[in-house]
Amino acid sequence: MTPKPDFDQLRNVATQVRRDVLRMVHAVQSGHPGGSLGCADYFTALYFHVLELKKGFNMTGEGEDLFFLSNGHISPVWYSTLARKGYFEVSELATFRKINSRLQGHPATEEGLEGIRVASGSLGQGLSVALGAAQAKKLNGDKHHVYVLMGDGEQQEGQIWEAAMYAAHHQVDNIIAAVDCNNQQIDGTIRDVMDLLDLGKKWEAFGWAVVNCNGNDMEDLIRQLAYAKTLSGKGKPVIIMMQTVMGSGVDFMENSHTWHGVAPSDEQLKKALAQLDETLGDY
Amino acid sequence: MSLKYTYTEKKDTRSGFGAGLLEVARKNPDVVGLCADLTGSLKMDAFQKEFPERFFQVGIAEANMIGLAAGMATGGKIPYTGTFANFSTGRVYDQIRQSVAYSGKNVKICASHAGLTLGEDGATHQILEDVGMMRMLPHMTVINPCDYNQTKAATIAIADHEGPVYLRFGRPKYPVFIPEDMPFVIGKAITLIEGSDVSIFATGHLVWHAIEAEAALREKGIKAEVINIHTIKPLDVDAILASVQKTGCAVSAEEHQLNGGLGDAVAQTLSRNAPAPLEMVGVNDSFGESGVPEQLMEKYGLSTQSIIDAAMRAVERKK
Repeated sequence: MTPKPDFDQLRNVATQVRRDVLRMVHAVQSGHPGGSLGCADYFTALYFHVLELKKGFNMTGEGEDLFFLSNGHISPVWYSTLARKGYFEVSELATFRKINSRLQGHPATEEGLEGIRVASGSLGQGLSVALGAAQAKKLNGDKHHVYVLMGDGEQQEGQIWEAAMYAAHHQVDNIIAAVDCNNQQIDGTIRDVMDLLDLGKKWEAFGWAVVNCNGNDMEDLIRQLAYAKTLSGKGKPVIIMMQTVMGSGVDFMENSHTWHGVAPSDEQLKKALAQLDETLGDY
Repeated sequence: MSLKYTYTEKKDTRSGFGAGLLEVARKNPDVVGLCADLTGSLKMDAFQKEFPERFFQVGIAEANMIGLAAGMATGGKIPYTGTFANFSTGRVYDQIRQSVAYSGKNVKICASHAGLTLGEDGATHQILEDVGMMRMLPHMTVINPCDYNQTKAATIAIADHEGPVYLRFGRPKYPVFIPEDMPFVIGKAITLIEGSDVSIFATGHLVWHAIEAEAALREKGIKAEVINIHTIKPLDVDAILASVQKTGCAVSAEEHQLNGGLGDAVAQTLSRNAPAPLEMVGVNDSFGESGVPEQLMEKYGLSTQSIIDAAMRAVERKK
């Protein structure tokens, strides 16, 4: 039985995660703040309410829910969430993208960072990996779920649709995927660069159960993630079309692809942090 | 001409893979198989029949297959992926690089129909660059067994090796000459014939041609040492150096481009440690074409005669 969500606590975590993201990216003047800010609520909801997790970290993740990040460039939001959840010390966030760090520019397993199970960054691969992990769970008689997040620009990769076909054909119904729909990619809006048209209908046509959600509304996120879980185990893979605002939480960063991979200046950081309370203490 | 090894039958190495997969699956419940619409060609049907719940048909979608395998390995399984060598490497290089090699996943990439001996299908399918691509990847082990028995033994052995493996084998029937009970140790070269004048380092189908070449060379008074390099990475550097220290020159022989293959690995080993004349038998920077395997091996310089000629050149260069 999942406990009742504590929305004040969840919003506090999400706000602190946003602060962490901005400070990490600012410190090395590189990284991807836009998508990270947009997904801060999703990561918080997952790790602080939805996922059934065991204490500590082990690679196989047997007996617990798993999460995979396919659009690895939003690593700052994942690292912050993992640190805030206790996978490693929050002070380690200060090493992000620096030499000899476990917090690589894109998530990696090579340095043994707790919480990461596969490298990602070259797009389109995470769904396949998550499906493999989900099928391993079935083989192991493990009733837990596998979650995976993809970007909407990433939907342009062909491998995604190979995986989409496979999941429906093999009835991988213990997976709950999500697409971060912020309608932005590096060269402009999705519509201008390579229109996905009706993405939800595409997934439906590929045999998936599709859930819609406002990815920057904590109450809706919790509600739809719970609903998605009720759809699992019925022979169909499940996917959430999660509408988010790139740069969410910082007014001058919102809704623009210019903040996909650009770090804020000293002045911009100050302005941005002024909009986000230090709820849990900076690292 | 008396051969030091004889055979009673010819069999395809891919059948050795199929037999090995079935045997290792019976011993190890974590072994799972994935195949991209080539179950018959890869000889995975016996495994599929006996373990239907552990077999995953992925359709014509190799990139997804590699990702699935990485995910299954994460969950503690030992996935064996099966498709042609071309689609096992070049087509999915980035998937192998990121999701398997860099992520250190225990995935066994099993690749059939490698090289020219695929035959009539032609150059689109005759990959000759796969060993080079795979041996460049950190964490990757690269194995190219020489006959049915060795392929079967290798297929079984790699289950006990923790980490990604590229296992390369082929389509045609070749002599079965390796004893069935010969142990297969990853990274350990096998001296098949001892000699003192020239070392022949051969891998895959070319090992049999090296055995034939040794007999012909013996008639000319040249004593060739024939070493089976089934594991191209990690390379048995000690065995190579010890042999060349004795013979003073070497020949490499492989069904692969000269660029990036076994020959390159041997050349690097020799030049960094103990420079000696090396002649390389392989495909010289060209694509293949349609034809029967014997014709192709002849035309592209991979025949027994090519090894004999290379050995004589190597011996000549010692003077």
